[in-house]
Amino acid sequence: MPTLNAPSSASTSASASSAWRTFEPGIWAERIDVRDFIQRNYRAYEDDESFLNEPTARTLALWGEIRELLAREHTSPGGMLDLDTAVISGICSHPPGYIDRANEVVVGLQTDAPLKRAFMPFGGFRMAAAAVESAGRTVDPQTAAIFKHRKTHNEGVFDAYTPEMRLCRSVGIITGLPDAYGRGRIIGDYRRVALYGLTRLIADKKQQLEHAIGTGMTETLIREREELSEQIRALGELRSMGASYGFELGRPAANATEAVQWTYFAYLAAVKEQNGAAMSIGRIATFLDIYIERDLAEGVLTESGAQELIDHLVLKLRLVRFARTPEYNELFSGDPTWVTESLGGMGVDGRTLVTKSSFRFLQTLHNLGAAPEPNLTVLWSERLPRGFKEFCSRTSIETSSLQYENDDLMRSYLGDDYAIACCVSAMRIGKQMQFFGARANLGKTLLYAINGGIDEVQKIQVAPPSAAIRGDVLDFAEVKAAFERMMGWLAGQYVGALNVIHYMHDKYCYERLQLALHDREVLRTLACGIAGLSVAADALSAMKYARVHVIRDASGLAVDYRVEGDFPKFGNDDDRVDSLARWCVETFMAKLRQQPTYRESVVTQSVLTITSNVVYGKKTGHTPDGRRAGEPFAPGANPMHGRDSCGAVASMASVASLPFRDAQDGISYTFSIVPGALGRDALDRVDNLAGLLDGYFASGGHHINVNVFDRATLEAAMAQPEKYPQLTVRVSGYAVNFVKLTRDQQLDVISRTFHGSK
Amino acid sequence: MTPAPVATDTAQGARPEAVGRVHSIETAGMLDGPGIRQVIFLSGCPLRCLYCHNPDTAGMNNGELRRADDLLAGLARRKPFLRSGGLTVSGGEPLVQPGFLKTLLTGAKALGLHTAVDTSGHLGARVDDELLALTDLWLLDIKSFDPATYKRVTGVELAPTLAFAQRLAARNRPLWIRFVLVPGLTDEVANIEGLAGFVAGLGPAVERVEVLPFHKLGEPKWAASGLAYKLAATQPPTPEATESARRIFRAHGLKVF
Repeated sequence: MPTLNAPSSASTSASASSAWRTFEPGIWAERIDVRDFIQRNYRAYEDDESFLNEPTARTLALWGEIRELLAREHTSPGGMLDLDTAVISGICSHPPGYIDRANEVVVGLQTDAPLKRAFMPFGGFRMAAAAVESAGRTVDPQTAAIFKHRKTHNEGVFDAYTPEMRLCRSVGIITGLPDAYGRGRIIGDYRRVALYGLTRLIADKKQQLEHAIGTGMTETLIREREELSEQIRALGELRSMGASYGFELGRPAANATEAVQWTYFAYLAAVKEQNGAAMSIGRIATFLDIYIERDLAEGVLTESGAQELIDHLVLKLRLVRFARTPEYNELFSGDPTWVTESLGGMGVDGRTLVTKSSFRFLQTLHNLGAAPEPNLTVLWSERLPRGFKEFCSRTSIETSSLQYENDDLMRSYLGDDYAIACCVSAMRIGKQMQFFGARANLGKTLLYAINGGIDEVQKIQVAPPSAAIRGDVLDFAEVKAAFERMMGWLAGQYVGALNVIHYMHDKYCYERLQLALHDREVLRTLACGIAGLSVAADALSAMKYARVHVIRDASGLAVDYRVEGDFPKFGNDDDRVDSLARWCVETFMAKLRQQPTYRESVVTQSVLTITSNVVYGKKTGHTPDGRRAGEPFAPGANPMHGRDSCGAVASMASVASLPFRDAQDGISYTFSIVPGALGRDALDRVDNLAGLLDGYFASGGHHINVNVFDRATLEAAMAQPEKYPQLTVRVSGYAVNFVKLTRDQQLDVISRTFHGSK
Repeated sequence: MTPAPVATDTAQGARPEAVGRVHSIETAGMLDGPGIRQVIFLSGCPLRCLYCHNPDTAGMNNGELRRADDLLAGLARRKPFLRSGGLTVSGGEPLVQPGFLKTLLTGAKALGLHTAVDTSGHLGARVDDELLALTDLWLLDIKSFDPATYKRVTGVELAPTLAFAQRLAARNRPLWIRFVLVPGLTDEVANIEGLAGFVAGLGPAVERVEVLPFHKLGEPKWAASGLAYKLAATQPPTPEATESARRIFRAHGLKVF
């Protein structure tokens, strides 16, 4: 194992001068600045997909083996092929693992075997043990014994939670909090390892540590010094892991194969150490393209070889796994890992950031078939080259595996080197991270406003007692005012709980490797969220434009509602109700902004449910919009199922009217359309889908999942799952293998609005 | 047969109307003209097509009274979606409300949008010069070329439709011809051949022909409207039958979908 020596500046510059031989120099050579490197060295590609290659024989052989493993995994107990029950996962915890060494162009696995899930207990030992048990196994007693002495994040959180926070959690007004598992949603700048090599990065961090000296040892300074020391240690371990596979990551990558391998190893170290709720890889395609272009120019790589490299990298990313519990799967169904890669976008100088490698990543879906991971995310701009737009559109139509986000909108906030963490959360790479905060249930909050803080399902006082709404017909103004007050109470509980969680996560489950691949100064956001937006907006609309009669139980609690008359519904481009949805977003955000936050984080919110819209619905009683108790909410910012009755454009226009400035963590919209409704022939369909995306984003939309298939296909897949192993469906912010969803989730997806179906 | 004489362009002009009867709106129509379109379905239709998939649009009293300026404000809001598309007014039969149609098309043109009208052509005589100028594309449904079959399918005469087609062609107004293929009703080779020959004779104004296979998605609406659905026993044509109908049109040098 290599030891961690102080870097020799002579050897660094020697290896750098050969690895950087033809690169345009700039600030990036003096300081850690990957964006500057990209801007000075990438070559934009403005043409079409005709240059792309099919998979090589080696790729097909490897993919064949992986497909067999995936089929076995699907039928294994708990959907897990194998898992480690003894070794606590870390960067260097396992010896090298291979699938088929002769055919692997890119190597490295999370454990010593493919699809064998690692044991990652620092988020919460009980959760990790429960995951092991759900596979019919038990944790090795010696390993379990360690956690009699070693506290984890989860225990820390519950030491500090107030009784009221626990109550909010158990009634489901706040759900999915990362208080028992890794918070994720942090993107290391994995490209740095390829560009600079670890020797340089470690030297840089050591210098930061040297400078982290103040006039007094404050808590902030102590924490910073400890974190920097941990970061340096993690980088050293990454170097050791590389060495165990036979690579010297101390020096910069000298060619495309090394650049892919180095970047992947850096990412692999992160997913060996953190079972994060979402583990995005960032924005690597255009970075890697610089190395590929150089190899092509030097005659040491062919287009077929370039595609093979990307195909093999993507194969590895398709294998990332975490051991998770059935409860987790119910919330975030389908075993997602959110290996999100952001493709495309425009630079602030007006050049497109699309390169041939942006195409090569999309081509993996054609070469290897549809797949939910990596979570390929296109950063859409009206000014993207036409050839790229059309290839994206065709890929969506054929695979339903892509999501799109509004680059023109986000660039104005974040510049042109940001990436998407998880589903919709944009952050500057290596400069910004978020404290993931799941989401609060707006539908239930409205019911609390009506019932003076009493939970309508459990019939217990949760929020402090307030005047309940009396009378047989709900008065819009009265309920709205009570709703706003209830939002204020909820925001306090919510941000308070998040402060506890992230304090403890930093303390017990710190992401040392991922933060080592960040600048010293990191902007932290506290990413709150809301679920049930369309339920709340439609309920307010029903009160304002129809008559909502209250049905009470013997104790006087409002338990059901009867709506008399019609009312405008969110999703029809009708400002009477769209303005109420905007009011909900703006008002809750204003309440969140009033709360003190941990570590001076900047509070944001998302309108995103992932698949938790089903669980939230289950936990919420009848609502005044006519939704029945237990029925799912719409996902993310979607209109309620079937209520968007004027076609897809009206639905998109309503969602696009929601204010990004008050939901900077993202606004998720999931769109399903039957292929025939997109146009009479394949060319029309490609053009029209691209036109819908242009229109949605030009109208201010932030995010969209695109599904192109009909309901019958999904019904067939439910009946005969073995025939549809690769059927991929975009749900809220991510994609899943449809057959891996729980039955409830499958039914929810089938019940959604399919535009164009009669 | 001899088509009716070409009508003059000095047909009686309708005065613009601010309010009209609207059945529904489809904001993401991608099958009724080029690109993404706002399709406004107007109420009222003099035809009673056996296979009508929107029988609830036929009656003039069905649908809602809507103001044109409200509808046009919606179009303006959704304009970013319509760069390669525009507005299609369909029905029902839009020429039942020519004044309202005129207001909608005028508003759409003012927004810089492409305009299309989806019509059976039966009321083509109501189209004046102004409507001709306001309409960038005519989607003309010719439901059969054999007059007897046409009458059986629609309950009205064929001649006014053919006359309108010839008038549009003579004025070189862009035209898409639509033909619904119904097994046992409109699928006789002679009928299709005849229509193909007529359409080819219209010349360069015809940009494309769409052969639409009959479907039964409208059947539940007939029951809901308390009407007897006479095609209950008819099945949609096979893909092969649809393709061979398209081949007949193609053989006449037409661009067919």
